[in-house]
Amino acid sequence: MSALRILVPIKRVIDYAVKPRVNKAQTGVDTAGVKHSMNPFDELSVEESVRIREKKSHPAGVDDICVVSAGPPKSDAILRTAMAMGADRGILVDVKEGEELEPLAVAKLLRAVVDREKSNLVILGKQSIDDDAAQTGQMLAGLLGWPQATQASEVKFGDEGTSVEVTKEVDGGVETVRAKLPMVITTDLRLNEPRYASLPNIMKAKKKPLVKMSLSDLGVANERRLKIVKVTEPAPRQGGGKVEDVDGLVSKLKELGAI
Amino acid sequence: MACRSRLTPLIRRAAAPGLLRSATAANSVPCAARCISSTAARHFRGSALRRAKFTTDTYPEIKRDERFSHITAEHVAFFKGILGKESAILDGVTAEVSGDDMEPYNMDWMRKYQGHCKLVLKPGSTEEVSKILKYCNDNMLAVVPQGGNTGLVGGSVPVFDEIVINTSRMNQIRFFDDVSGVLVVDAGVVLEVADQFLAEKGYIFPLDLGAKGSCHIGGNVAANAGGLRLLRYGSLHGNVLGIEAVLPDGTIVDDLSRLRKNNTGYDLKQLFIGGEGTIGMVTAVSIHCPQRSKAMNVAFLGADSFEKIQQAFREAKIQLGEILSAFELMDSYSQNLVHTVRQNKRPLEGEYPFYCLIETSGSNSEHDAEKLGNFLEDVMSKEIIADGVLAENETQIKSLWAQREGIPECLGHWGGVYKYDLSIPLGDLYKLVDETRKRIEDAGLKGDTDDFPVVDVVGYGHMGDQNLHLNIAVRRYDKRVEEVLEPFVYEWTGKVNGSISAEHGLGIAKKNYIGYSRSETMVGLMKQIKNLYDPNGIMNPYKYI
Ligand SMILES: Cc1cc2nc3c(=O)[nH]c(=O)nc-3n(C[C@H](O)[C@H](O)[C@H](O)COP(=O)(O)OP(=O)(O)OC[C@H]3O[C@@H](n4cnc5c(N)ncnc54)[C@H](O)[C@@H]3O)c2cc1C
Repeated sequence: MSALRILVPIKRVIDYAVKPRVNKAQTGVDTAGVKHSMNPFDELSVEESVRIREKKSHPAGVDDICVVSAGPPKSDAILRTAMAMGADRGILVDVKEGEELEPLAVAKLLRAVVDREKSNLVILGKQSIDDDAAQTGQMLAGLLGWPQATQASEVKFGDEGTSVEVTKEVDGGVETVRAKLPMVITTDLRLNEPRYASLPNIMKAKKKPLVKMSLSDLGVANERRLKIVKVTEPAPRQGGGKVEDVDGLVSKLKELGAI
Repeated sequence: MACRSRLTPLIRRAAAPGLLRSATAANSVPCAARCISSTAARHFRGSALRRAKFTTDTYPEIKRDERFSHITAEHVAFFKGILGKESAILDGVTAEVSGDDMEPYNMDWMRKYQGHCKLVLKPGSTEEVSKILKYCNDNMLAVVPQGGNTGLVGGSVPVFDEIVINTSRMNQIRFFDDVSGVLVVDAGVVLEVADQFLAEKGYIFPLDLGAKGSCHIGGNVAANAGGLRLLRYGSLHGNVLGIEAVLPDGTIVDDLSRLRKNNTGYDLKQLFIGGEGTIGMVTAVSIHCPQRSKAMNVAFLGADSFEKIQQAFREAKIQLGEILSAFELMDSYSQNLVHTVRQNKRPLEGEYPFYCLIETSGSNSEHDAEKLGNFLEDVMSKEIIADGVLAENETQIKSLWAQREGIPECLGHWGGVYKYDLSIPLGDLYKLVDETRKRIEDAGLKGDTDDFPVVDVVGYGHMGDQNLHLNIAVRRYDKRVEEVLEPFVYEWTGKVNGSISAEHGLGIAKKNYIGYSRSETMVGLMKQIKNLYDPNGIMNPYKYI
């Protein structure tokens, strides 16, 4: 039984509390000057990895927590945040601003990172809230030939640290699955409550190693199989009308044929 | 992005497990916290608390001024004629009105003051207000102007049978200029509605406070509310450019200027700002709104002493100067009560005697983040600050703010709150809290069981404006507690040349104590103004000066 080497892929996305706006050309959403932060599911992955270490959930302990992000240079901010939360080091795979990777390309580059870093557990978000593809974890497990457990709401280790038991929320209840390490886990919202980055840890994180790489360093090309035809906003909600009093309400309902 | 909206409630739920148990819990959920704090409050209080006493029982010395007429069916008929609509009148004179229907107008937010209201009028226009006031003045009918009824000094509800004139139907945004940032609104526009309107245009309302989901801009102006961003944007005395108001004799004061500069004669609109409805009724406001900052950062810090918090404030002004937008103080007692009520995760791992919340807002997020980062590193390494956290996203910004904005509401959890809103020179600011706590303890009034009226004595406030909120959370209002507190708090404040009401005003709660902050000459001059504009004294009687 060997110690865990956890890889946590994270992505910089428009802050989930910000309402995205479609650009004029209808080819995507405006990102300039918009607040970005770590994909909320990825915060859960980082938190869970750190908890596995802190709580000594695995009998052989955690050797390494490495966060990796493929994105524009500004992604270093979320890598630092992850390190302030407790990750040991970071890898930034440089992708030009505005150049998007498809899930398969991400899965391929993650496979290369897993090989390099000798990871035996990958914990990643079940989806990123920008494109909602929800495919990367599954593709990565396929490429690696590893077992996978998606939408984790609880992670436990068993059999003296050789197997992982994952509880997942499914329609109408919970499902528990077990598999041997190495393994891929994708996280769901009820897994944990991510911590705040504390100031002493933010300062420490500045000194943690952050390596930069390019796609070609990892032997991956940004192949695009999909063409974005058009991006549009959801149809605006019909504004509600106000009525002055009960009589007004009744006549409005009659007018609409509701009563 | 399809899942974004669906995700939101999920994240909220996940972020605050177990918090959706009761009506109050909605306030603890990080995302909703800022806007809900005041709106949901009434809800929870209604069921949880015993009925408030009548103000006339609490203050038996106040006698109804018999110059004022009693409302008759004839008066009501006249008002119905003016207002037309059924929904614009709540008539308890000629008809039955249930206590529950009357309560929102007749009882204050703290459930401390309750009048004997029989009639509520909701005019829809300035002209209607003018006709109503003129009629009231001619017939000696006393009135209480009312906005969102979130005032904290008992000024917004009647004492006896004064007629409530509520602004909720005057709620139109009249004008906005995208270049100058000038906004003109009816008095009854809810603060948060105006701010959301401005957010769409890239602007911000220069006032923000915990009650923003309920309070009206007319009420804010009448109370001269200070709030969370005064440090950055200044007071309403500077930001309000013009006012439209109605005097008791029906005169419409048409001073709705949209100009930043206007040195032509006495600036009479200032009398209505903080006038608490005692000389006229504000019907519209023109206000200068600043650009909304694109970048906002929030840090929540813990310190070992009040001296250290002062040092941190000093450093924040030096190092963050132009981007500093709030510096809020909280003591451990206030944070413990918030934690007890909400059962939420505390921002910091350890506990400290003092906390502060620092907000920066600017136009360039990287530039701001770097500045704030350097500042935090500096105060940490100099050991001014013992620990702290920095919000990494909007959700965290909101939950950190909830630690501060949630205090007033959480304090009310046990039954009631004695609130003192004081301006005190910074160095002395917290001493008063310690001394008050000691007095309460020495009198044997504070304890963990129902035998003791007092739950705790806490201090928090707008440190950046030298504004302390000294609050005493109680299980019930009790004369013995009052005797320990008053006039002690006022005398203490007077001695250090502070103000007994920094931002909440005088209303009925502070009327008798104005002498601690203003000289006899000043009060005399104020009375002249009152008599000049409201010779019959019908405007919000028994209160203010
Ligand atoms: C949770 C909470 C947090 C708060 N935080 C702050 C804070 O940070 N800073 C601060 O300064 N205050 C604060 N307050 C108190 C603050 O004064 C009020 O919330 C607000 O400014 C009052 O607006 P309103 O519309 O509710 O006015 P009301 O309560 O209805 O009225 C307030 C006073 O103004 C008069 N009035 C109302 N409308 C008019 C009008 N159109 N013309 C003339 N007179 C009128 C009333 O007669 C009354 O005397 C807080 C209150 C709550 C409940």
